[in-house]
Amino acid sequence: MSDFPWLLAMIAVPAVGAAVVAALPRERALLAKQVALGVGLVVLLLAVLTTLAFDAGGPRFQLTTSVPWIPDFGSDFALGVDGIALVMVLLVGVLVPLVVAASWHEADAGPRPVRVFFAWLLLLEAMMVGVFVATDVLLFYVFFEAMLVPMYFLIGSFGGPRRQYAAVKFFVYSLVGGLVMLASVIGLYVVSAAVLGEGTFAFDTLTRIDIDPDVQRLLFLGFFIAFAIKAPLVPFHTWLPDSGAEAPVGGAVLLVGVLDKVGTFGFIRYCLPLFPDASRFYAPFVLVLAVVGILYAALLAMGQSDMKRLVSYTSISHFGFIALGIFAFTIEAGTGAVLYMVNHGLATGLLFLVVGMLIARGGSRRIADYGGVAAKAPLLAGAFLVAGLASLALPGTGSFVSEFLVLIGSFPERPVFTVLATLGIILAALYVLLMYQRTMHGPARGVLLQEDPAEPLPEGGGATATATLTTPRRTLRVADLGRRELTVVAPLVALILVLGVYPQPLIDLIEPAVVATLDDMGASGGTDR
Amino acid sequence: MIEAPDISWGALAPLLLVFGAACAGILVEAFVPRALRHPVQVGLALVGTLGALAATVLLAGTREVTAVGALAVDGPALFLQATIAGLGALSVLLFAERALDPARSAFVVSAAVPAGSPRDRELATVPQVQTEVYPLATFAIGGMMLFVASNDLLVMFVALEVLSLPLYLISGLARRRRLLSQEAAVKYFLLGAFASAFFLYGLALVYGAAGSVRLSEVREAVGTDGGGALLVLGLALLVVGLLFKASVAPFHTWTPDVYQGAPTAVTAFMAACTKVAAFGAILRLLYVAFGTAEWTWRPLVYAAAIVSMVVGAVLGLTQTDLKRMLAYSSVAHAGFLLTGVIGLGAAGTGSGLPATMFYLLAYGITTLGAFAVLTLVRDGDGEASHLSQWAGLGARSPVTAAVMTLFLLALAGIPLTAGFTGKFAVFRAAIEQGAWPLTVVALLASAVAAFFYLRVVVLMYFSEPVADGPTVGVPGVPTTLVLAVTATATVALGVLPGAVLDLAERAAIFVG
Repeated sequence: MSDFPWLLAMIAVPAVGAAVVAALPRERALLAKQVALGVGLVVLLLAVLTTLAFDAGGPRFQLTTSVPWIPDFGSDFALGVDGIALVMVLLVGVLVPLVVAASWHEADAGPRPVRVFFAWLLLLEAMMVGVFVATDVLLFYVFFEAMLVPMYFLIGSFGGPRRQYAAVKFFVYSLVGGLVMLASVIGLYVVSAAVLGEGTFAFDTLTRIDIDPDVQRLLFLGFFIAFAIKAPLVPFHTWLPDSGAEAPVGGAVLLVGVLDKVGTFGFIRYCLPLFPDASRFYAPFVLVLAVVGILYAALLAMGQSDMKRLVSYTSISHFGFIALGIFAFTIEAGTGAVLYMVNHGLATGLLFLVVGMLIARGGSRRIADYGGVAAKAPLLAGAFLVAGLASLALPGTGSFVSEFLVLIGSFPERPVFTVLATLGIILAALYVLLMYQRTMHGPARGVLLQEDPAEPLPEGGGATATATLTTPRRTLRVADLGRRELTVVAPLVALILVLGVYPQPLIDLIEPAVVATLDDMGASGGTDR
Repeated sequence: MIEAPDISWGALAPLLLVFGAACAGILVEAFVPRALRHPVQVGLALVGTLGALAATVLLAGTREVTAVGALAVDGPALFLQATIAGLGALSVLLFAERALDPARSAFVVSAAVPAGSPRDRELATVPQVQTEVYPLATFAIGGMMLFVASNDLLVMFVALEVLSLPLYLISGLARRRRLLSQEAAVKYFLLGAFASAFFLYGLALVYGAAGSVRLSEVREAVGTDGGGALLVLGLALLVVGLLFKASVAPFHTWTPDVYQGAPTAVTAFMAACTKVAAFGAILRLLYVAFGTAEWTWRPLVYAAAIVSMVVGAVLGLTQTDLKRMLAYSSVAHAGFLLTGVIGLGAAGTGSGLPATMFYLLAYGITTLGAFAVLTLVRDGDGEASHLSQWAGLGARSPVTAAVMTLFLLALAGIPLTAGFTGKFAVFRAAIEQGAWPLTVVALLASAVAAFFYLRVVVLMYFSEPVADGPTVGVPGVPTTLVLAVTATATVALGVLPGAVLDLAERAAIFVG
């Protein structure tokens, strides 16, 4: 069973699926959706089987395959997972089918073919899996950059009114980050060529070579800037609210739920082990950015009137916690940060999906356009509440466990930063509950109010009938979650609650990889200089 | 008694095939009946170029200096000759397209008739096809292939003229917008003649200082100390002449006008093949003749690379015409190529040479493909190259838009396309030689350039179609073939470039 190329299959299946979906005739829109859903479920199955094939107590990288790819560049098509990559792949596997189901009618009304939407979605999935399972730095970079293209088209072709602006901003920000990283990637190769005599991109080899601290600092910056734009950390964050707000809901879920995690994944996978001295050198600086991000983005979130922008800002705030956990350099904090990456993907994914369902009903993204929805749509309101509470890390949800681990893990090393970050939890309660309260409770108001159909005019009663017509009654008309929507929401709610009370299986997967990462830092970097 | 010089005819087969086809083409023009001329000419040009391509493949591994030391048949020469022959064959196919223009050809019936005269208007719609473009283009291809193999400055100059003169002519052969086309031809000719003069003067100075025009003997005179002011001055003038042909800023001013005015198929040919030839000559001159004293040219090339990348990327942003935009893109890419030229290591090692060679191939294929797409999008007055006319093309003609997007992404250097592999290769070569600042500038320029490529993608996909937009012609077999080959190669060189990179690596040793 372990001989089967699980990781390659998880890249190839959605890539082939994307080609199939794209090749379907235009009128077979339903078939395109069904194929996309089928492919998404197959990848989920593969991800689960991969997890079963993975031995948490075994060597760090497992299920590895490697074939020479570009020998002249010393680059291999090398795949492999550690616990961190594995849980991220699982997250991708869970989210994509749900996104497909949630986006069932997303492209129906638009001028662009439905199949294109799902083809880009599947291609994006292939790239996302690739970026997590690559163990060759150049291969990682290729997936990291190529991932932009499907997302760019998802935002630009299927997004909201300002989609052109958002798509270009997303692409240019990411591309600039990527190009800066490319300089460092090449630099890393040149350094390895100088040390080993022959350049390599193999991650394992690169973690073992000693790099001069001054060179490390330069190379670190290239990687760090790219990941900080991707994650995004303040002050590189301004593209995310635009992209998150303008992207179609499914795209936004993957953008915030997975794509941005590539940034934090990059911190822990590449920045720490490859440049241990530089990581220590820059840690205070990164922590300042992280804590500023937690507080600043939370304040901005409170000020938003647009629900999708608000959710985007909450994510920026949460990424601050993840960065804090990673750059605290303790096992608990690192494990918590990775766990947070998963839980945040689930919680924010759910929040985006539920917000998207509300927007689909009212046609407006403004908080002020809704009110009192809970009375007519209790299931929608309930899902909204669970998503919101998970987002503010209430005990019992998965986010609480991870946030708690980050904070207790960081406190011994960085008490000041940790205390400041804790304030972010209070702000989180404010922005989530205010949005929930304004849209779901209170008097009925906003775009969902519709005039009652006029009562039939009584024969001969002319004067009284005119009087009733002048004051039409308006009531809130909103459908509760349908079967399809419940199918999307229920698994996420269940996962959030299960991980809230029993996160141990994931921690067992993550912790050895975090330990290995911190060992790499110690082993090749020595003590603080 | 004068002994005939010893010539290795076999090693010259690629050149002989192309020049033979060109000479035969002239005879065809004179003797074959008009109705048969077009198929015969196309066939002849294809036989010449593809035959040359096959001959270079058979010659792979040859390393010799022949024709009394005037020509070098070595790895780089053969690699670049194969590139030029292949791209040349694709260009000939583009010339041969007859389905797109209602008048059956993109070339003027009678170039000598004054534009706008009654006779000209009469001829404009005559479905007659003039075939002089094929032998002319074949001569240019032959000149380019000679250019990259010349081991002697005088032969290099002759090759420069052989490749340039036909290009000046065919730039002026557009059937539509003839004044623009003729202006382009005259501008190209005047500035080109100026650049040739620079080259010739440089040649004279080098000869005066070194006492020989043979590259190997120049190298002995140069030594490691540069061999004196005269020699260095001569080098500078030679490089200026070559940089002009390669459209490197600040010697690029002809590029946008000529690219815009020339028939698009000719622009495609110039953009792809001339670039390869010019860089082939630059590499040979700098590495073979002046490789031992690289300090003489490194600052010059360094500065030209920066200027070219910045000028190309920034001015590209302001363009509203696709052909002009691709012209500035060509200027920016010339800068990236010079980044690869900087990657020459001590004693001729280093990955600069194979990287630049690979980049030339990748850039040639991609840019040829992009111009081929341009020939498809037409309005009543020929090609619709204004940016605004491309709005909403993705909805109306998804395949054309998708292919164009692929080429634009490749030009922008997005991974999994040929453009990325090429960029990676040249940047690596530059960093290996410690040219960090240059690479950082190159990366920034890439980001700026990506913005204007993206703008076209945004227009095609994310804008609503304009009311009376251009039509997308259904290409005939030749253009379809070109698009298929270039698109496939663009993806293949991005996804699995190993074999070609390896080939470039093994070919990258100069003789002489």
